[in-house]
Amino acid sequence: MRWKRLPFACLNEVFMDELLKLLQGNALESHANLGKLLNKPAADVSKEIAAYEKTGVIRGYQAVLDEDKLDLDRVTAVIEVKVTPQREGGFNNIATRISKFPEVKSAYLMSGGYDLLLFVEGRNLREVATFVSEHLSPLEGVLSTSTHFMLKTYKRLGVLMQQDSKNERLSVAP
Amino acid sequence: MNASPSLRNRINTVVRDIPRSGIRDFFDIVTTMKDVISLGIGEPDFDTPWHVREATVFALERGATHYSSNLGYIELRRALSKYVAKHFGAEYNPDNEVLVTVGVSEALDLALRALINPGDEVLYHEPCYVSYRATILFAGGKPLAVETKAENGFRLTRAMLEAKCTPKTKVLMLNFPNNPTGAIMSREDLEDIAKFAIEKDLIVITDEIYAELTYDTPHTSIVSIPGLRDRTIFLHGFSKAWAMTGYRLGYACGPAELIDAMMKIHQYTMLCASSLAQKAAIEALTRPEIDVGEMVDEYRRRRNFLASSFKEMGLECHRPLGAFYAFPSVAKFKIPAKEFALKFLHEEKVAIVPGTAFGDCGEGFVRCAYATNLDNIKEAMVRLKRFMATL
Repeated sequence: MRWKRLPFACLNEVFMDELLKLLQGNALESHANLGKLLNKPAADVSKEIAAYEKTGVIRGYQAVLDEDKLDLDRVTAVIEVKVTPQREGGFNNIATRISKFPEVKSAYLMSGGYDLLLFVEGRNLREVATFVSEHLSPLEGVLSTSTHFMLKTYKRLGVLMQQDSKNERLSVAP
Repeated sequence: MNASPSLRNRINTVVRDIPRSGIRDFFDIVTTMKDVISLGIGEPDFDTPWHVREATVFALERGATHYSSNLGYIELRRALSKYVAKHFGAEYNPDNEVLVTVGVSEALDLALRALINPGDEVLYHEPCYVSYRATILFAGGKPLAVETKAENGFRLTRAMLEAKCTPKTKVLMLNFPNNPTGAIMSREDLEDIAKFAIEKDLIVITDEIYAELTYDTPHTSIVSIPGLRDRTIFLHGFSKAWAMTGYRLGYACGPAELIDAMMKIHQYTMLCASSLAQKAAIEALTRPEIDVGEMVDEYRRRRNFLASSFKEMGLECHRPLGAFYAFPSVAKFKIPAKEFALKFLHEEKVAIVPGTAFGDCGEGFVRCAYATNLDNIKEAMVRLKRFMATL
């Protein structure tokens, strides 16, 4: 595995391998094309990707959807959770327990006014409310929760959901 | 619309006799067609960085809609002076050695008009940006084209210049990284040219608009070579590295006497560069490394992709080292470059620019700009391969 330092340090991309960056942009790119872009044989690219998959750096490949365009019966709640860290395991035990609920799509440990931030999906408000009141809040170690509902997605995983109108470049320019 | 013969006779003969840009001709054809993939665009496909656009809106709200000083806002000139010192290796006093212009095009025009007496000769290298020859002629100069060659990586050598230089030669124009060839010059290459300029007592005008866009080695400016700063007008701008073409913002740095002469023309013809654009430029310079670095990485990957694709399909191309152009040879097909480009456009709907648009010695070459997204480039390469099989 080769970690390449980028010439310019930028926010979250210091030390990120260029191959991983490309895969984050388009995981469906063929290994032959990735090789052409990175100026290396396709076989090397395949090997590197296999290594990333084996070591668990690459956890999976997903499509980025604009779910607002699908008529889904679904709501997403963002839940702030305050918990008591345990003597052994700190926040990890309780966070893992919570993360295992299939309703929880993402979970993060946070600094600041609360400890865990959850993204929870349900078919409707009632379903999310049930999850909070019957599964989440009663867990030992959970002190309080604060639930917000997501209304509209503007940007997800770095992708703008509403594309700017086509750019107006001339078709041939000096 | 054609002017009537009597009006045509009234037009200045220099202007009348200069042909329209070859690019323009091509553009007129492309605009009549639908769904064309264009590798013919000499401007970045990236959006202007959002913080720069946002700063423009803020400046508009705050009312930066009046004239600035003729030279440009002092805040911008200070930032430019710092930027040039850091990246190009020459110090300029922001008070009287930096002039903010309406793009590098204006700066180039000012520099030539400030220097040229009728009949003075100007050395420049071809293939080159479409405007150079015309701008020299408009300024009353005599253009002396020096042909650079693919086998040389389209670099300029002292021998080439010596073959053309005469006692009437006053100015040497340079443009590296180069549009349309993607060539760059190493420090050693430039040292030879610098010696020549000093020996022949030439003023150098160096257009380094693509300086940030080099892919394998860092850019070297001729102004960093000892003795050159005081005989050189350095031109740069925001169009390429910050994708700000429509802002029309460039600048010139040089010895105070030369900048003052350029300023004279600028104040009477242009007054000042757009105030809003200047405010945006100040913002652009506050965190240049992040925006520019990401774009450079992307261009490099596209360059790699094009170079490998050309190699795979047996199309000869010197490795482009800077700017965002590849300049492959189509000479083996035994048809003129313009015919190649037109046929490719009509049969496969991909626009490339014939090398002849950049000077006569561009015959046998075509310019492919990789300032377009990778999907377009991939598709264009599929079509190019298919097209080449029919020739």
